[in-house]
Amino acid sequence: MNASNDIAIDVKGLTKSFGGREVVHDLSMQVKRGSIYGFLGPNGSGKTTTIRILCGLLTPDSGEGTCLGYDILRDAEKIKRQVGYMTQRFSLYQDLSVRENLEFVARIYGLADARGAARDMIKRLGLSGREEQLAGELSGGWKQRLALGACTLPSPKLLLLDEPTAGVDPKARRDFWNEIHALAADGLTVLVSTHYMDEAERCHEIAYIAYGHLLTHGTVEEVIAGSALTTYTVTGEDLNGLTAALTGKPGVDMVAPFGTSLHVSGRDVAALEASIAPWRDKSGLHWHKSAPSLEDVFIELMGRSKDNFQ
Amino acid sequence: MSTIDHPAPAHEIRERFGFWKRSYAMLVKEFIQLRRDRVSFAMIVMLPVMQLLLFGYAINTTPHNLPSAVLLQEDSDLARSVLKALENTAYYRFIYEVHDVDEFDNLLKSGKVLFGVEIPRGFERAVRRGDKPALLVAADATDPVAASAALGSLGMIVQTALAHDLYIGNPPEMPFEIRAHARYNPAANSSLNIVPGLVGTILTMTMLIFTALSVTREVERGTMESLLSMPIKPVEVMFGKIIPYVLVGFVQAFLIIGIGVFLFGVPVLGNLFLLALLSTLFITTNLSIGYTISTLVQNQLQAMQMSMMFFLPSILLSGFMFPFAGMPNWAQYVGECLPLTHYLRIVRAIMLKGASMPNLRFDAAALVILMLVAMTIAVTRFRRTLD
Ligand SMILES: Nc1ncnc2c1ncn2[C@@H]1O[C@H](COP(=O)(O)OP(=O)(O)OP(=O)(O)O)[C@@H](O)[C@H]1O
Ligand SMILES: [Mg+2]
Repeated sequence: MNASNDIAIDVKGLTKSFGGREVVHDLSMQVKRGSIYGFLGPNGSGKTTTIRILCGLLTPDSGEGTCLGYDILRDAEKIKRQVGYMTQRFSLYQDLSVRENLEFVARIYGLADARGAARDMIKRLGLSGREEQLAGELSGGWKQRLALGACTLPSPKLLLLDEPTAGVDPKARRDFWNEIHALAADGLTVLVSTHYMDEAERCHEIAYIAYGHLLTHGTVEEVIAGSALTTYTVTGEDLNGLTAALTGKPGVDMVAPFGTSLHVSGRDVAALEASIAPWRDKSGLHWHKSAPSLEDVFIELMGRSKDNFQ
Repeated sequence: MSTIDHPAPAHEIRERFGFWKRSYAMLVKEFIQLRRDRVSFAMIVMLPVMQLLLFGYAINTTPHNLPSAVLLQEDSDLARSVLKALENTAYYRFIYEVHDVDEFDNLLKSGKVLFGVEIPRGFERAVRRGDKPALLVAADATDPVAASAALGSLGMIVQTALAHDLYIGNPPEMPFEIRAHARYNPAANSSLNIVPGLVGTILTMTMLIFTALSVTREVERGTMESLLSMPIKPVEVMFGKIIPYVLVGFVQAFLIIGIGVFLFGVPVLGNLFLLALLSTLFITTNLSIGYTISTLVQNQLQAMQMSMMFFLPSILLSGFMFPFAGMPNWAQYVGECLPLTHYLRIVRAIMLKGASMPNLRFDAAALVILMLVAMTIAVTRFRRTLD
């Protein structure tokens, strides 16, 4: 009982196929209550599918687990009452106003004072003055805020946010994340999928999924340390030529440009250093060893998983 | 717009009357959406009014210049004056004068004429002798409205016309018999039958279309994903989506019957309250069927096609187009499964015959059963997941 009290999501061996193609493979994960859990992975890796399984919108082919202590297979109805799900694609009613959308949600969840709840949420979202605007006419950033407001309205215990900040400007993204942190501080558990590295770094824990396989998980530091990746950052001239020369050399697992510099990474330090040795002292190039960034780790993981699963 | 300025006031969740609250939430949402959808909203009024006026125009038009032929087997003065009398009414326009039966039949069959008058050999002599010979009038009744009105007035016209005829004087009764023969559609529907029939047909069409799209629309707009993640049950979704349209259907029924009564003089002999009650039942049955369709199909195009698949037999096999009793057995069995069949009996019986509930219990029960069957299918077929 104790365990289930501080674990909000606890699933084992989730598998889901569409038309014979396995989209989620043997996925297990645990999310602590009150934490913000980041869900990362390339397009089509199965993030949305996993989230849908968690809130009962899809039935897994196999696997089991609990969400807020309720069985994901048997108690989908109970889970729905306590989970707020923000879909990847805007899924509120475009032809209803902000207020009408919120009132609709409030009534469905049986809030005693639907009008009052909607009014408070509008104030809280900073949408005052726009309450009669149709949801479909809001800008991208406002739509996301409204969607977040709608799924937090019935005071859920768990929020599932599927790429909530896709296509939103940096300022609005920052506000959005401040809000998510404030909600988590109130005890809410948040599972959020994203493609942004800066957002991943704001999560308490992250998981990386590719081709349906969960490849790594833990805190950002753990994930970076676990990758056992050594990275050299190179700046200077003709980095394109260097990229071509290093790619595929033994020990060089990844060569990736980052702005005006180049990241050269590998798991086998000795082989990596042997391979880059001829260029180390070349004039016009500056090398320095650095900790790999999260992005280095993910790109390397993605490259590796492509070989394994495709 | 900063982060949270106001701590969220906790709003209490009450579980009581959850079913009603959730259905109500859905209902309010559907109402707002319907109101915002200007075109659909206009159609609620436009569709029945336009259809009724179009049909009603045909009903109300006294036949005018119907292309006619005469098969003249004797060229007597009396025959000429009968023809003249007919032509003077402006109902008929004799464009063919033939002397051969085959030719006469072909004209009718090909639709070149809608009426044929046959004046038999020895007609005048028989009249003068007081033998009451037959004046054969053949009508193409595939257009029952035109045919029946023209046929109905025939006797009167000829009699008044001949009253002034020198040859006959002012006889107390018809000097000859008019033998009317409605071809191709012997049980020609009367215009009175058509307005009540239209109430049912128009309602079937509009109600089906309104609900057949309701679930697929949510799926196609992506709102279904959100809706399914909320604690609302299939029955609640269904009620929320059907009830607003019961009201819409009621407005339409009111419009059609109102126009029928005031513009076309169709009587309502029976109880108006009973008519409203059973119409509501019929409306709800059709909405349930439309909603069932929307849970069975994948997209809006399929929804429209399936509605048509239901609508066409409703028109053809319900007794609206062809007399029910004249249909083959299999068609009657199919017809019994269509709500329109039962409603046509109900609405014709109430409006034209003044029937009351005991006369109609079988058809009312049939409507209830069809409604429950449709609702059961809809609720079980409603997909609770996105699988
Ligand atoms: N209902 C479905 N039927 C068939 N295939 C599906 C279905 N839903 C998802 N898929 C497939 O499953 C794979 C995983 O999709 P999913 O949406 O879970 O990926 P994702 O990680 O959310 O990707 P993205 O970052 O683009 O949102 C994709 O290849 C997708 O085409
Ligand atoms: Mg996705």
